[in-house]
Order: sequence, then structure tokens, then C-alpha cells
Amino acid sequence: MRRALGGAAPWLSALLVSASLPRLLPDWLGFLLTVALAKALVVLGVAVLLRSNLVSFGHGLYFATGAYAVAFAARWLHLREAVLLILVTLLVSGALAAVLGLFLARYRGIFFGMLTLAFSMILYSLLLKLYSLTGGTDGMVIAPPTILGLSPGAQATRAYYYLTLVCLALALIGTRRWLGSPVGFLANAIRDNEIRVEYMGASVRRGIYRTYLLSGLLGGLGGCLVAFTVGHIAPEFSYWTQSGDFVFVTVLGGYASVFAPVVGSVVFELVRNYAYALSPYTWQMSLGVILLFIILFLPRGLWSLLETFRVVSSPWTSSSKR
Amino acid sequence: MDTLTIILLDGITFASWLFLISAGLTFAYGVLRILNIAHGSIYAIGAYTGATFARALLHSGADPFLAYPVLLGAALLVGLVLGPLLERGFLRRVYDQEEVITLLLTFSIFLILEDAMKLIWGVSPIIVAEPYALLGQLTVAGVTYPVYSFLLTGVAIAAGLGLWVVVDRTRFGKLITAVINDREISAALGVNVPSIYTVAFTGAAILAALGGALTAPMVSVVPGISADVIVLAFAVTVIGGLGNVAGGAIGALLVGLLRSAAIQFLPALELFVVYALMTVILLFRPEGLFGGVEVRRI
Repeated sequence: MRRALGGAAPWLSALLVSASLPRLLPDWLGFLLTVALAKALVVLGVAVLLRSNLVSFGHGLYFATGAYAVAFAARWLHLREAVLLILVTLLVSGALAAVLGLFLARYRGIFFGMLTLAFSMILYSLLLKLYSLTGGTDGMVIAPPTILGLSPGAQATRAYYYLTLVCLALALIGTRRWLGSPVGFLANAIRDNEIRVEYMGASVRRGIYRTYLLSGLLGGLGGCLVAFTVGHIAPEFSYWTQSGDFVFVTVLGGYASVFAPVVGSVVFELVRNYAYALSPYTWQMSLGVILLFIILFLPRGLWSLLETFRVVSSPWTSSSKR
Repeated sequence: MDTLTIILLDGITFASWLFLISAGLTFAYGVLRILNIAHGSIYAIGAYTGATFARALLHSGADPFLAYPVLLGAALLVGLVLGPLLERGFLRRVYDQEEVITLLLTFSIFLILEDAMKLIWGVSPIIVAEPYALLGQLTVAGVTYPVYSFLLTGVAIAAGLGLWVVVDRTRFGKLITAVINDREISAALGVNVPSIYTVAFTGAAILAALGGALTAPMVSVVPGISADVIVLAFAVTVIGGLGNVAGGAIGALLVGLLRSAAIQFLPALELFVVYALMTVILLFRPEGLFGGVEVRRI
């Protein structure tokens, strides 16, 4: 029931603020922000699945697939252009999701989580042990790619920040449109009652399959952008603790809005960075305490704080629906 | 011939270890319907506590053979403290929620305990190898093998039998079965469900800590072992069927033998075979090799 202006205003302000950030922030913070925004794409992928109550405990699979697709495309196809590398990544992660989705669309609850976990651990074990191909724990180094033929050179941090921002903005617009489409609404309906969805004549399996495809594409894109920015990738991208972090951030941000994963991801990277600097042995503990708190008291994520505020501010919105 | 013996011995040792770490996990899932990620942390805390106690004992100059009861005592202590604490303090609050929420809750406990261990024991490895070396070696079919491995297998078998006796042959076991089948009716008939939950979870915690304490002499105890252990335990649990302890034993044996065979013939695929097996089982028999078909609740 939001008015058109109310829908556009946050987009415009977010775009303006984020576009001007590199001029205001020191380089290291810009780097951190780029990584956070790239990972926000993966989190967005986890979030769209979570709307159907499916928890992917293995989204590191797509994160790593995206990153290693860049590395191998650079090595085997000699690609050095970011746009082409992004296309390759989308192709690879999309194909992977298209195949795995066929199986996963049949699974729910804990079994969905376990199967996604198993898939990601398979990739992890291969990346880790096929030393001659992937460099094992050493990982792989990725030379900074050109953007539309231009070599970023000394301006690399800023260049990849804007590249990530553009990709994120496109992904957010796309995902938002998708969520507003019939298939997107189906995701919520599946969460509430699968049988009724089937009775209405919609296919639950197809709905989940498409959601999974989208989430795989988003995950791959995130991994690809992190690979550009960081320039070094490792098998841990596919390890279950990485996937756990993604789920963590999804829960942290909530999934009421497509912006929630972005907020969650930025907060997460900042908290992690500062907490790690302040006390390296307790940052995970602080994350754990935050997660515990959210699960027990804020089940709809940080974003719901904002929603609560909105409900209070407008007497016309019924707050009883919670 | 020697290779085959080695594969068998390694596989059984590895399987015993896997069973110890996954039996509690699958048992707790069977009773409480909670897949506990923090199970790995309890394992690691058991390993740290066992190593610390055993080291203190050895430094004090007492009979080194006392190290074995000390390791057992450490496991009991960790399980008896952490089990009720986690169950009463946290898990109890989310029983009526969905499985994924409880999974996340245990993940947060995992993160907290991970750092708690670093705060208590630091990050440098703790090595207490004496109990491992003390029992000497044995030659089996031409292969010399540490006796400690057989001890581990013995303990795993004892733990499995113990669990079976408790669940199948005691009044408490019958109560557990009743609670698994229908929590509400059991409660209505006067079964104290919360206390059953606490006891079952504590039992699982003791098993995890025992696995850790007995592993401590065989490896160097370092941060991060909990993450490696729990995902292996997940694989074994899934292969045997979630909540099925006997299936877990077969799953452990299967994974153990497969992995030790892979180490002999294709070392690069050592981890791959474990998760490939997990995937295949999930794809074709998601209820596990021996799990019964469960009607899906919607």
C-alpha cells in the first residue's frame, strides 16, 4: 500500500549516498564496503529462499563457484574483461543451479539444508584437494580485470566499488520486480501453505526451482565481485562456516525488503572488522550473542526495527497483523 | 594383503571415532528434533578439558595409567555441565519453533563457544600424547598398530551398546520412545517431558565430550576442530538416517572404510568420497540408509 513516491525515495537517497561514499571514505573502508556489498548479493540469494522457509546452509557453493569461475576463465579463456567475466560467472552458476535445483526443489526443512550443505562441501573438498588445478589451501590469485576495456590501475578500489554498486543496484531492482511478480508472491504462499498453493493450480516445485535459480545467480555474482575486489580466492569460500555466515547475515538483516540484506551485510562487515581489531578472540562471540538475541527477540531481523518504527508513525497501518 | 589390513584397521578406527561424535548428535535429534551444531563445540571442549586434566596429572608425577580414568572423568564433567546448561538455558526456548530456527540457535551457541575456548585455552595447540603411546603397539596380520586405536573402538562399541540398553531395555528408554512418538500425549499421561529432554541432551553432550577427550591424545588440540568435526558428524548422521543411532553406526563404518580406502588409493578424494556419499544418500534415500519413511507434516 506504499505510495509511488515512498517507494522511489529510499532508492534515490540510497543511490546518492552510496555513489558519493568513495569520495568521503578512506580507501580501506571503501574496500570493506565493496566486499560487504558484493556479499550482500549472496545474502540476497539466501534471503529469497528464506522467504519460502528454505534455509540454504550451503550458499558458499555459489560464492565459491562465482569466484573460481573468474579464476578459471582468466586462466583458460584468457579473459581479462570484467563484464565478460561476470557473464561467464552468471552462465556457470546459473547452469549449476539449474541442475542442482532439479533435485533440491523436492526437499524442505532440514533436508533442504543438509543437501545444500552436502553440495557445498563436495565443492570444498574438490577445491581443497585437487592441488594441481586449484592450488589447494593456497587458493588462486586473480589479476585485476579491466572494466569496459579500461584498466583501473591505481584507482582499483574505487573502480570495483562502482562496478559492484552497479551490479548490486541492477540485482536489487531485478529481485524486487521478481518478488512483485506472481512467482515472487508464490514464494510467500509456499511458506504459508504448500497444499493450498497446489490447489490453486500453481506448481510449488516450479516456484521453488525458479527461486533457487535466482538465488544461485545472485550467489555466483557475489563471489565473482569479491574475487575482483580481493584478488585472491580460497576453498574456504565453499566451507560451511562461510555459508553459515551468509545465513547469519540474512537473519541479521531480515528479509522483509530487498534492502535488508544490504543493511545486514554492511553492518556485519563493519562489526566484524571493528570487533576483530578490538579483540581478536571475542569477535565471533559477539556475533553469536547478536544472533542469539535476534533469534530470541527479533525474529524478523534488524529491518523489523525500522518496520516497527513505521507502524508506530502511521496510525493507519494495522499493527495487529504481526 | 597388508594394504587391505591397513584399510580395515584404519577404517574401523576412524569409524569408531565417527560413531562417538555422531551418536550423540543423532540421538539428540531423535528425541529433541534439534540438529545441534554446537555438538562440535562440546566435542572440542571435551578435548581441551581432557588434554588439560591429563597434562596436569602427568606433570604431578602420578601413575600415568590414571590418565584414562581422568579423560573419562573430564568428558563426564563437560557433558554434565554443558548439557543441562545449553538445554535449559537456550534450546528449551525454541522447541515449538521450526527446525531451521533451532539450527540457527545452535549455530549462535557454536560461535560463542568457539571464542570461549580461545579465551580459556588460548590459540596455541595442546599436545598430550602420553596416553596414546603408553599402551604400546600390537601386530595384527603383519601390520603394527597402536593399541589405543583398539581402545577407541572398544569405547565406541561400549557407548553404542550402552545407548541401546538404555533405550531398549529400561523404563527410561520406554519413556524416551513415548516422547519421541508423541510429545503431547506423553505429557498428558504424566511423563515429565522437559526432564526427559534434559537428560537425553545431557547424554548426547557426554558422548560428544567423550569423543573429544579420547581424541585429544591422538591429535594436537587446536582451535577450529569443532567446525571440522561437526560437518563430518552431519554427514554420518544423514547417511545413517537422522535420529537413528543404529543407522549412525553403519553410517560411521561405511564412511570410515570408504575414507581409509580413498586415502590408500586416491588420497586427493579423501574428503570428497565422504560428502559424495552423503549427497547420494540424500538424493535417493533422504530418510537415511535405515530410516523409516516419515510422513511429511505441512
